[in-house]
Amino acid sequence: MTNEVKIKIKTTDLNAWFCDKQALFNINMDIYEKKVTAIIGPSGCGKSTFIRNLNRMHETVQGARAEGSVLLDGRDIFEKKFDAVTLRREVGMVFQKATPFPTMTVYDNVAAGIKLYGRIGKEKLDEIVEKSLKQSALWNEVKDVLHKPGTSLSGGQQQRLCIARALAVNPKILLLDEPCSALDPISTGKIEELIHELKEDYTIVIVTHNMQQAARVADYTAFFLLGALIEFDVTSKIFTNPSDKRTEDYVTGRFG
Amino acid sequence: MRENTKVIEKLAFAILGLATLIIIAPVGIILFIVLWHGLPGLSFEFIFSMPREGMRAGGIFPAIVGTLVLTVGTAAFSIPVGILAAIYLNEYAGRNWLTRLFEISIINLAGIPSIVYGLFGLGLFVTFFGFGASILAGSLTLSIMTLPVIITATREALSAVPMAFREVSFSLGASRWQTVSRVVLPNAIPGILTGTILGLSRAAGETAPILFTVAAFYLPRLPQSPFDQAMALPYHIYVLSTQVPNVSLRTQYSTVLVLVLMVFILNIAAAYIRAKFRRRKTW
Repeated sequence: MTNEVKIKIKTTDLNAWFCDKQALFNINMDIYEKKVTAIIGPSGCGKSTFIRNLNRMHETVQGARAEGSVLLDGRDIFEKKFDAVTLRREVGMVFQKATPFPTMTVYDNVAAGIKLYGRIGKEKLDEIVEKSLKQSALWNEVKDVLHKPGTSLSGGQQQRLCIARALAVNPKILLLDEPCSALDPISTGKIEELIHELKEDYTIVIVTHNMQQAARVADYTAFFLLGALIEFDVTSKIFTNPSDKRTEDYVTGRFG
Repeated sequence: MRENTKVIEKLAFAILGLATLIIIAPVGIILFIVLWHGLPGLSFEFIFSMPREGMRAGGIFPAIVGTLVLTVGTAAFSIPVGILAAIYLNEYAGRNWLTRLFEISIINLAGIPSIVYGLFGLGLFVTFFGFGASILAGSLTLSIMTLPVIITATREALSAVPMAFREVSFSLGASRWQTVSRVVLPNAIPGILTGTILGLSRAAGETAPILFTVAAFYLPRLPQSPFDQAMALPYHIYVLSTQVPNVSLRTQYSTVLVLVLMVFILNIAAAYIRAKFRRRKTW
């Protein structure tokens, strides 16, 4: 691994539970700035739980808790005084299912996050909405329907709308939790293209079931199994010459 | 074998259809009889004038106003308390024994006979708080009876909003209250409105809870303050049909018709809201 890339997030002995059931075991992993890191592994291996710890969404589930440390730019986000709201502005998230708020227009969906942080002028807001929609490669398709319901868009557009909504609050990191699993190949292609563009400015972590997708978009890939991190390396190494037998079995399709 | 399936299918169709018919029939029959006998007596004067000659002539205006005032009073107490309690239980409270105790209380509150609410209101509001038999005491009594309906309907409406929307909202850095007020409530409002209106329409037609707490036997003037007694339609119907001799059948039916129409208007409003917003729902 090259040394000049900066570590954005560092997890140390990260353990997580849902009530009595342990979901993550001693995860030690670095996430590099302005790179795409893919998390792969079979269903129930803790991929989503892992990224949900990076913005402390894990703790919003009743009975869920986590131990260890997650350093964001060197500061431990699990510390009591680290405010979850500030953290989530910094670490945006896009979920598996596209979820535009049904009571809001396209415009209001994008603006929803910014409006949480206090009053903002109309012009400034227009500017941010336009910029976010351009960043998510949706502007040209929706600029004439900004004031129609967000749910009136197609599935792929809705997911890009959700990306725009996450980008609008100006995060540094973007967590994508299987963002393409409900999309057709064309929409998936658009999102992957988008990920390529976004990594210029953002650190991206993407959970995916699709190994070709990981191979296409990610600089680094982590393989999780049964709540443990089995292997983490540059993507080409994981897919062509993995060190661990279990990784090889998984990426060659022998299980999972 | 094949023939057999067809026969059973026909039989099932007939029995299920018949069961449905049995539900519809009473509504149709009640409406028909009430309209048939009540419509001829219904007039501008009947609705907007005071009763005369010991309620045997004149109109039922004070009873209509009384029922309207009581319904508004009930809404004023039960809607805010019910909705806020439901938001707390559904969005804030953890799942523990205390929450379960609340839930069991609410279910049991819904099962208490209405005459018991009436006596409870008499003891607490009329006597203990010293409100006397008054619109205030009656509205509070009806509110307590309506609360479980509103809380249950509101919780159902809140629960129907997918968790995913809350997650997205939290992930954008929203607090719990911001999530509730900006994302959850706007999506739940149609359901909340529907349930609330149905609860109020039931309260409007209740007799037992108002019997000792507000209802006046004969009071040919409009109430002036929340501490006044008032006439109310359900109790007035009871009085006309059992307590006053020689009231014409037409007057009785027309009074029933007015109450039924008022309750129907509320129910139709609820159904309209539900239908209107169902089209918008997209998850």
